Amino acid sequence: MCVVSVEKARGLQTACTTPVAEGMIVETESEAACETRQFVLEMLLTDHPNDCMTCEVNGDCKLQDLVYDYGVEWPEPNGRRHVYPIDPDPNPFVFIDLNKCILCSRCVRACEEIQNRDVWSFAFRGFETKLVAGTDQPMLDARCESCGQCVAYCPVGALYDKMSVGLGRPNQVEKVRTTCSYCGVGCNFDLNVRNGEIVRVTSAEDAPVNGMALCVKGRYGYDYVHHRDRLTRPLVRAKWLPDVEERVTEGEWTLVEVAEKRAEPTVSGNGAIAGDAFIETDWGTALDVVAGKFAKEKQAQGGDAFSVFASAKCTNEENYLFSKFTRQVLGTNSIDHCARL
Amino acid sequence: MHTTLPFPNEADPTVNDPQHKCIAVCMGTGCTSSQSAQLHQTLREELDEHNLNGEIEVRRTGCFGFCEQGPIVVVSPGETFYTEVKPRSAETIVEQHVLGNQPVERLLYHDPTSDATVEKWHEIGFYGKQQRILLDNSGIIDPENIGHYLAREGYQALHQVLSEMTPEQVIEEVTESGLRGRGGAGFPTGVKWGFARKTQKWPKYVICNADEGDPGAFMDRSVLEGDPHAVIEGMIIAGFAIGAQAGYIYCRAEYPLAIKRLRVALEQTRELGLLGDNILGSDFSFDITIKEGAGAFVCGEETALMASIQGERGQPWPRPPYPAVSGLWKQPSNVNNVKSYAFVPRIIHKGAEWFSSVGTEGSPGTAVFALTGNVNRTGLIEVPMGITLREIIYDVGGGIPGGKKFKAVQTGGPLGGCLPEEYLDIPVDFDSLQEAGSVMGSGGMVIADEATCMVEFAKFFTKFVCDESCGKCPPCRIGSTRMLEALERITEGEGTPEDLDEIYWLADGMQQGSLCALGQLAPAPVISTLRHFEDEYRAHIEEERCPAGKCQALITFEIVADLCPGCMVCARNCASNAISGEKGEPHVIDPELCERCGLCEAVCNFDAVIVK
Amino acid sequence: MTNSIADIAENSQCIFIIGSNTTEQHPVIGTKIRQAKRHPESIEGRHRGAKLIVADPRRIDIADYADLHLQHEPGTDIALLNGLMHVILREGWHDEGFIAERTEGFDEMKEIVEKYTPEVASEITGVPAGDIEEAARMMAENRPGTLLYAMGITQHTVGVANVMSCANLQMLLGNMGVAGGGVNPLRGQNNVQGACDLGGLPNVYSGYQKVTDAAVQEKFENAWGVPLSGEMGLTVTEMLDAAEAGDVRCLYVIGENPMVSDPDLNHVRYSLQQTDFIVVQDLFFTETSEFADVVLPAASFVEKEGTFTNTERRIQRVHKAIDAPGEAQSDSWIVAELAKRMVALGAATLDEDAPHAGWDYATPADVMDEINALTPIYAGITYRRLEEGAQLQWPVPNEQHPGTPILHVGEFSRGLGRFAAVDHVPPAELPDDEYPLMLTTGRVLYHWHGGEMTHRARNLEAMYPEALVEINPKDAHNAGIEDGELMKVTSRRGEIVAKAQVTDRVEPGLIFSTFHFADSAANFLTNPALDPQAKIPEYKVCAVRVENAVAGRRQGNLIGQ
Repeated sequence: MCVVSVEKARGLQTACTTPVAEGMIVETESEAACETRQFVLEMLLTDHPNDCMTCEVNGDCKLQDLVYDYGVEWPEPNGRRHVYPIDPDPNPFVFIDLNKCILCSRCVRACEEIQNRDVWSFAFRGFETKLVAGTDQPMLDARCESCGQCVAYCPVGALYDKMSVGLGRPNQVEKVRTTCSYCGVGCNFDLNVRNGEIVRVTSAEDAPVNGMALCVKGRYGYDYVHHRDRLTRPLVRAKWLPDVEERVTEGEWTLVEVAEKRAEPTVSGNGAIAGDAFIETDWGTALDVVAGKFAKEKQAQGGDAFSVFASAKCTNEENYLFSKFTRQVLGTNSIDHCARL
Repeated sequence: MHTTLPFPNEADPTVNDPQHKCIAVCMGTGCTSSQSAQLHQTLREELDEHNLNGEIEVRRTGCFGFCEQGPIVVVSPGETFYTEVKPRSAETIVEQHVLGNQPVERLLYHDPTSDATVEKWHEIGFYGKQQRILLDNSGIIDPENIGHYLAREGYQALHQVLSEMTPEQVIEEVTESGLRGRGGAGFPTGVKWGFARKTQKWPKYVICNADEGDPGAFMDRSVLEGDPHAVIEGMIIAGFAIGAQAGYIYCRAEYPLAIKRLRVALEQTRELGLLGDNILGSDFSFDITIKEGAGAFVCGEETALMASIQGERGQPWPRPPYPAVSGLWKQPSNVNNVKSYAFVPRIIHKGAEWFSSVGTEGSPGTAVFALTGNVNRTGLIEVPMGITLREIIYDVGGGIPGGKKFKAVQTGGPLGGCLPEEYLDIPVDFDSLQEAGSVMGSGGMVIADEATCMVEFAKFFTKFVCDESCGKCPPCRIGSTRMLEALERITEGEGTPEDLDEIYWLADGMQQGSLCALGQLAPAPVISTLRHFEDEYRAHIEEERCPAGKCQALITFEIVADLCPGCMVCARNCASNAISGEKGEPHVIDPELCERCGLCEAVCNFDAVIVK
Repeated sequence: MTNSIADIAENSQCIFIIGSNTTEQHPVIGTKIRQAKRHPESIEGRHRGAKLIVADPRRIDIADYADLHLQHEPGTDIALLNGLMHVILREGWHDEGFIAERTEGFDEMKEIVEKYTPEVASEITGVPAGDIEEAARMMAENRPGTLLYAMGITQHTVGVANVMSCANLQMLLGNMGVAGGGVNPLRGQNNVQGACDLGGLPNVYSGYQKVTDAAVQEKFENAWGVPLSGEMGLTVTEMLDAAEAGDVRCLYVIGENPMVSDPDLNHVRYSLQQTDFIVVQDLFFTETSEFADVVLPAASFVEKEGTFTNTERRIQRVHKAIDAPGEAQSDSWIVAELAKRMVALGAATLDEDAPHAGWDYATPADVMDEINALTPIYAGITYRRLEEGAQLQWPVPNEQHPGTPILHVGEFSRGLGRFAAVDHVPPAELPDDEYPLMLTTGRVLYHWHGGEMTHRARNLEAMYPEALVEINPKDAHNAGIEDGELMKVTSRRGEIVAKAQVTDRVEPGLIFSTFHFADSAANFLTNPALDPQAKIPEYKVCAVRVENAVAGRRQGNLIGQ
């Protein structure tokens, strides 16, 4: 697709490899170049499924765009087409549909030149040329470290993020740029949001530190934010709360069983709630319990009664506030976090 | 001109002595596969029995070229030329010829065209119009004996270059000779070397393209097997000329014999200080590595070849930059064909003028072809440039067998073109062939007789290209398959006139949109047959008929009642029970049941089965 | 990091990684190093075949890409570094100009290093002397060179000395304050740098302003409108000791899980049990939450606005993409609410005229304004600049300042760079007859820290669902342990049961485990011995013994329970 006409040069030249020279006259949309592009596209379509309606990348597909831009018509099926199994690889991250692969080698190069992992390559020759991992093995057996770089570079729907299949096409999601929450490299990426849910993470070309590169955790480790274990209301041990039984009975608060080893049941035979049972309460109650206890302890013991574990997972602003809270309100410098761990 | 190498005693002068008693046994791949190694062994044993081993040399030589008549044995003095010699004939040769001094009549070559028996090597018509200057050592020397090569003035050119010439002078001499690359494109070799010399970047590489992939071609293999030192010497000279210290010979692993002989030859040259550090005491150092390829046709394309040497998948990369600027490992590299390198020592040693006096002005020297197909004498031939196709086919090749008519000749292998009868008198050289719509190529020459279906012929080459496309460019990868499918439709009687339009369209797209010669030239066999034999294509499409009677879907077999004696041989052989008839009565073929296998035609002793 | 990731990837001629499993722990930096190492040219035009030397006791992934892998024994970094410096000095490869102009303490350092001939260093480290010579030559011939390290250097009782030793090497080679050089610690957590920068440490306010500095104290007292303590606070490990002693009565744990991540977990558990009142604020109910009195639901990074600071000191935005589930709230909201309530209860009396006394922040940008005002290194980092796309690496002393991609250019922050004369000191606990193997700890690609997030990321968990302990085939054979069998690992502090991964990634005598899995966390075994200065525990070395545990099911992890 990169061929252009260069004056005085024999035939079309590949724009991506021909060095510019003084006085060179290049025509990018010459008739010959356009015809060749149309030919290439039509050739590709003769071995490509006509399933844009159901394709994950519909609307964000380079092949689709080019076919549209160059006015190529869908060729009537008249010859052999490949029928590869869909999603044949057992890895949990990369969805593979080789029927859509146009053998552009971007994934091969992304893996070889950027990720330096050499998982992908082409096997066989001619029409039977096929993208393979390793020696036609499962990806994970071919040194794949699940970074998803190949998916990020795939121009069509041949490689896609398995976790995101069916959850939203590119034009159905809102992209929100952010910084990764795992390690200290500080990769930026786009959260793809649909209906209040993160459905995918995509690389952002202009990410200052990482560019298109991400690791398995950054790209595929986002679903913890939607995990059913997320805490949604404050929990307070019953012993710190007034009128627990009544307010639980009235439904204002809820007795919750948490995953901990208990010697005693949370509710005894006479309906009394154990003091160390967790009660799901409202914010006002919980904050009053904490503020009240802290205030009491400070009055009794002074600031040395407190220690604060700040968090390397929280934002700068939050850490500043933790520091301020510890020193200004609690009156101690005993704040630390896992910097050493 | 005659310089002395520092190891004068290494040369074995017997190789030049016409009176030397010697039984030369061809050990080319063709003859070896017909048990010539065993023959060689048996001859030794026979001579042993008569205590003659010290007296008579049994020599393993390279290819004589007349491969269809192999194994070849030449007994000297006298150059008696024996063909199709089986190991069991060793005894006869020794007892009758060596001891009894009587040529073994039944082993001599019988020329079918003249119906004469020929005794001497150089009297055989096959060699009549040949001019062996590249293959002049093949069949003469033992390729594993550097002494033979040295005696044939081997490494004199290298010595001369290192002691008397500057790199510029070497390049000038090669340029002056007019040598054009024998890989097929015919680019002037000296000019190419000049480019590589000009690039100021080191290291540089000299690469020998020995990835001969054309179906049926074995020119390069024969040179490597028969005269490996000539290639090595040429490469060392090229290395000196362009300023390289390292060379690669990229040879397909399917050529084990060539690789073995190269290894032996490289070892010998290193031992004599002809390779390695400070060659022949000069300050020039050079060494050569053999890189075995896995036999992909596309690796004959120079950039794919270099990718393969680098350990990558053999796929071409775009040019420019050309290898002379950025080749192997992105370093300046010079890639030439085996034959181009092998010519170099001869040019240096005998002079540019000598070389340019052979052949034509635009294409000096000789051409080596692997002559195959429907021709009486197939084999490896070397002819001066400018010879006509007719001379090659009729004088060297002995014409078309079975009295059939000539139909077409394909030159340039699967990427070449075919030429019909009206072109038979054009001279064979780079420019004339191109002008006629074909190419010189690396040296494949396939002759088709009138019984050849040209659609089928084109299909054969297209199938080859489909299998060998590297898969990088969609026009070649998919286009060649679509082309094959169109041809298949035509030969199966399902073709439409639109298929011809599609073929032209595909050919144009492939030519424009492919990176390398494989994709660009792949349509050539189809387009050239279509140009010269469009009627045949149209007969398939419009009349559902194969004029050559080859396309099974389009033919019917019939038994001519007048000729059929009712012997029942055909009926007994018919696997589909399509033939019926009483003994002694003319038989009939049921077209519904007939699977058109052609067996009946083959077994009929009365030519009663005909194709319609 | 003194230098930037891109700078290292593009300009370093020699990359020396010591104590960092880069491709698994900082995968994208690992990727960039692999690029720098391979491909003389490439599509981005920046790969140029840098030399790569990896020093690590395990044959970690990046070692497969290295020109040289120095497989030294855990806890012998100083001996290795001194050995390298010995060769550099002996061969006269040191940068005399740099040493003369920009450093002090060279002679003292030299005196110590002189003892560390390659043979001596080899004896201590187990690295062949020839490899030490070769590595030194590679570093000398390929400048500028960079040094990358991570917890493999710091989590030792000699952590600080290790770091100084790294700095010695780089100063000796003149690799400081230049593009492609530097001493580059790779910070673990996404915002561990920011947490340190903004005062999440017991000895400093935001921007590393010392709590013990009276002028600083006064500045913050004036800003926050309250008298402040001039005494250093407690570090994490000291907090737990104080809690155990009953001195600390209230723990407020925000987004941390000491019941998995701290050393000697049996001790941690006991300390937490002794504490009167524990508030845990997190996304999930963690192992630590089991000891809590109040558990507060916090918002995750996709549910709030703010900034993170990465390992190269680059401040980047975090944007809210979705609402937090249920009633979960951002940490800043929670802590501000607590502050307001405590002030209302009279627990702190704030001078209302002080400019930054209050807790009414509408947005994180308001907090950043306050940070700008009080933190010189962050003074010029504003939301406006960040939103405009400014790439800022602190120090950014004012709003016009472009940031500081490379530290110590022309001058070290302390003036002259100080060579520290450091000697090899063995780890606090070494193998003996009773505990004959050495345990070192770390992480794996598919998990993160205590696993609070990654265990709940479906496919990361699927990739690595249970704890594995790496053990050399020889040791496994001696202990009668087959690959994939359960093995029991015991130290003086506790025991764990986990599956054996029999592999030559570790040398005989060494086993490796992670703390990703709470039930079999290596931290039941690790030694809480601390570096005296940095108070960092010696996670990287302790003595253990192993046995086959196939016979019995795991009985729980705690001893003396």
